[in-house]
Amino acid sequence: MQLSRDQLRAAYQRMCLIRNFEDSLHEEFSAGNIPGFVHLYAGEEASGVGVCMHLDDRDAIASTHRGHGHCIAKGCDPRAMMLEIFGKKDGLCGGKGGSMHIADLSKGMMGANGIVGGGPPLVCGAALTAKTLKTGGVAIAFVGDGASNQGTTFESYNLAKVWNLPAVFVVEDNRYAESTASAWSVGGNQVDRAKGFGMPAQEVDGHDFFAVWEAARQAIERARAGEGPSLLHVKLNRYYGHFEGDAITYKGEGEIEQVKTEKDALMLFKQRVTETKLLDSEELTVIEEEAKAAIADCLASAKAGALPTEADLMTDVYVDYKF
Amino acid sequence: MPMKSFRQAINEALRQEMERDQRVVIMGEDIAGGLGAPGEDDAWGGPLGVTKGLMPQFGRNRVLDTPITESAFIGCAAGAAATGLRPVAELMFVDFMGVCFDQIFNQAAKFRYMFGGRAVTPMVVRTMYGAGFRAASQHSQCLYPVFTHIPGLKVAIPSNAYEAKGLLAQSIRDDDPVIFFEHKVMYDDEVDVPDEPYTIPFGEANVTREGDDVTIIAFGRMVNFANQAADSLAASGISCTVVDPRTTSPLDKETILETASETGRVVVIDEAHPRCNMATDVSALICENCFGDLKAPIKQVTGPHAPVPFSPALEDLYVPGVPKIEAAVREIMGKGH
Amino acid sequence: MSDIRPIVMPKWGLAMIEGTVVEWQVEEGAEVAAGQDIMEIETSKITNVFESPVEGPLRKIVVAAGETVPVGALLAVCAPASVGDDEVEAYVKDFLDNFDWDAAAGGGGPAPETIEVGSKRMRFLKQGDGGGTPVILIHGFGGDCLGWLFNQEALAEGRTTYALDLPGHGGSDKDVGAGKLGVMVQAVLAFMDDRGIAKAHLVGHSMGGAIALALAAEHAERVASATLLAPAGLGREINMTFINGFIEQKRSRKLRPILELLVADPGTITNDMVEEVIKFKRLDGAVEALTKLRDGLFPGGEQEGFPADLLAGLSVPVQAIWGEEDQILPAAHAAVLPDSVKVSKLPATGHLPHMERASEVNAAILAFLA
Repeated sequence: MQLSRDQLRAAYQRMCLIRNFEDSLHEEFSAGNIPGFVHLYAGEEASGVGVCMHLDDRDAIASTHRGHGHCIAKGCDPRAMMLEIFGKKDGLCGGKGGSMHIADLSKGMMGANGIVGGGPPLVCGAALTAKTLKTGGVAIAFVGDGASNQGTTFESYNLAKVWNLPAVFVVEDNRYAESTASAWSVGGNQVDRAKGFGMPAQEVDGHDFFAVWEAARQAIERARAGEGPSLLHVKLNRYYGHFEGDAITYKGEGEIEQVKTEKDALMLFKQRVTETKLLDSEELTVIEEEAKAAIADCLASAKAGALPTEADLMTDVYVDYKF
Repeated sequence: MPMKSFRQAINEALRQEMERDQRVVIMGEDIAGGLGAPGEDDAWGGPLGVTKGLMPQFGRNRVLDTPITESAFIGCAAGAAATGLRPVAELMFVDFMGVCFDQIFNQAAKFRYMFGGRAVTPMVVRTMYGAGFRAASQHSQCLYPVFTHIPGLKVAIPSNAYEAKGLLAQSIRDDDPVIFFEHKVMYDDEVDVPDEPYTIPFGEANVTREGDDVTIIAFGRMVNFANQAADSLAASGISCTVVDPRTTSPLDKETILETASETGRVVVIDEAHPRCNMATDVSALICENCFGDLKAPIKQVTGPHAPVPFSPALEDLYVPGVPKIEAAVREIMGKGH
Repeated sequence: MSDIRPIVMPKWGLAMIEGTVVEWQVEEGAEVAAGQDIMEIETSKITNVFESPVEGPLRKIVVAAGETVPVGALLAVCAPASVGDDEVEAYVKDFLDNFDWDAAAGGGGPAPETIEVGSKRMRFLKQGDGGGTPVILIHGFGGDCLGWLFNQEALAEGRTTYALDLPGHGGSDKDVGAGKLGVMVQAVLAFMDDRGIAKAHLVGHSMGGAIALALAAEHAERVASATLLAPAGLGREINMTFINGFIEQKRSRKLRPILELLVADPGTITNDMVEEVIKFKRLDGAVEALTKLRDGLFPGGEQEGFPADLLAGLSVPVQAIWGEEDQILPAAHAAVLPDSVKVSKLPATGHLPHMERASEVNAAILAFLA
């Protein structure tokens, strides 16, 4: 399978949007402009985009605390996302969800999730909907290495398997659940775990967009063909802390810099497509500049956006309710 | 109207709603039963036979037996509801909320709010509650106060088969997540139930008796005890209003306050443990809004602050019964001024 | 012993399994005439006066006011003075000893049937299976086949009677088409065809009266006679407060005053009667059906009314019975009926003469059928 030039441009554009989005948030958070806490996806772009390139609006994904990248990869509007993260009325969720609950069901984005392991059961539900209504859709659960140890995750592997659901579990193993190393917290390994549930599974280099894209293609095609769930163990690194403000004292010296230098996802992508002459570096530079400008524009909108008011406090609790 | 049991009423509501809307699916442990086993298919129809016969009619794609994994399938129901199905999940005993509550109160209940009103989650969790089944501490609790506490959830507690059919149909057609409580000792109780589909709106209390002296507000199975107590007290000249709120969320405050003001004496009956239950909630509501109309302190008749015991000798002491309700009414009448 | 006549708890309608004596209107020892109001009885459906089925001195009251007993239970005995007190006591003891309380409490009797007529569900209650021309009872707006509880059994003696649920009502299909009277008329004809009824005596109340009248005028060959009880269609005026309230009010406290408009004595309306209406309205499609009928039959808040030539051309025997205190359809509407139609107006009676004055209405119908 080959990616067209248009697809490659789209993939790079998404990855650049995510990187700029997260880098901007890092700065804004440091400046004290963002309420609450945010968990940034910078460094992990190849995973979300590599998977979501195979999806359309009939497909659903459930995300994690670290959900901005999945949102953008699935087609959510970065401007509305930025407004949301700033707690503004015109945010994607009216300012009621924030970074940890950012969602757009119309795009099949079932939400970042404040509960570690909250997403996999929901993905079983989206997959059940697709199967029951015969939409041809699939559902993807992104889980971190932390959530990979939750009971909900294992229960969902099992349910997806016994119901033969069109689901894919993407374990994004960035090597640290909060400050605890997955090398310590995960018993056995992710691929063997999946095989224990009878699911096809493979390990993927999460810095390599093309590796993720190909592995996801196989898993998603299996799901669409009614052949049941699969698991991808995507190994990658995050550039920032668990949350912003995390001093990252638990990582080794030079650990992040080494990844950035040797296997940054955007860098690897750029090398690959220019070496193979699929895209030239000038047009990639244009994409980079455009992404940077677009996010700057989103940021300006978010800062200027109006705050929700008291009238918004009690709306959207129910569809219909007599308080 | 034909007499039907609580069990038949639930079964009929599920069947009619599944016939009415292809998006309605039901799921739970052994709701058909016998899956993958060499013996009978539809072997159980639920542990107490409530869903028997639905799988043969609608097939395994809409009547989904699950592994014993409440977190996965309750969360699955939430995810399915948010993406276009109208699932009815059976949480066999409400006591099992302990292993899946996150999926109910952090996920399903909050989708709409967290997503800025851009989600609907039309799921129903049917669940058995209540003592009297000799089922001991982990299969006998009420727990509806816990769900009532959570914004985003609706909570229905039908008091008989007629109420059960109409409230369940409403639950399934409702666009918000609903927790539907079925008292496990009531499944064989029969009343007149129409064959046709019908719905009973949420947040509209049913005044089952009208009297002048005391207002009894009761929930679920306790409504029947309150009615019996009211009928028995009528013979000794004490006339009672009995209010069945039907749903604890939304709660029909208007009817509760109106009937409390009318008699000025209130007894609240709640099978749940006494701290932070519906009795305390309703009592506070009345005190806050119509204290001036009260002629006596409000009496609460509830289960004790103890786990539900196993021994029949102890469990019978645990459950609020008709004599306790009558005693509370007589006491409050004595205290009147 | 043969001179001792029992007065037992009557059975008013299928659902009645017990009744409560609200009040005795005569005392022990009083001379009672047959047909005299002697007590008030409350059932779960309705409270009504009970007319003595027997005559003579009321020797003993067995069930005191406030007590509830099953249908068929002994309430009192009448016997001439020639019968000794000990004989009366022995009769009462014997009756009580032999009365099957459990069987009485079980209810029973005929139940409504549901059939498919032209792919539409139709419910009806059949009572009696005598030969001759059958009687078809047609209820009014919002009513059903169980509303003839004081009448159907009396009419069923020696003949077959059918009480219908019209489209949109009771247990019948809730599709009322455009909500016009013609839909109802066709439904009755379809029912007659389905049951093989060539010709019937029709008894119609309110909207059912208009249906009976339309059938009598337009399908005279199918109608042996028509008794119209407070019929619709004879004037423009109709109490839209009742019609709209009936459709809109969902809570018993709000609906009760609306239903009280139906009767001269508001005490007639019981809680259960209100509840039954609420339960009917909760059925899928019921409120939509009532709304369509309202809009179809009473556009702009008025009845369309039958044309005068239709009334003048009536060729089958027709009688009309009206309560003088009818608050839904004024009894004055009867004025437009041709002289050939016998009109009876009952004093102190509202829109439900067949309930409020059951024995008089039953007698008038039976006399008309004879």
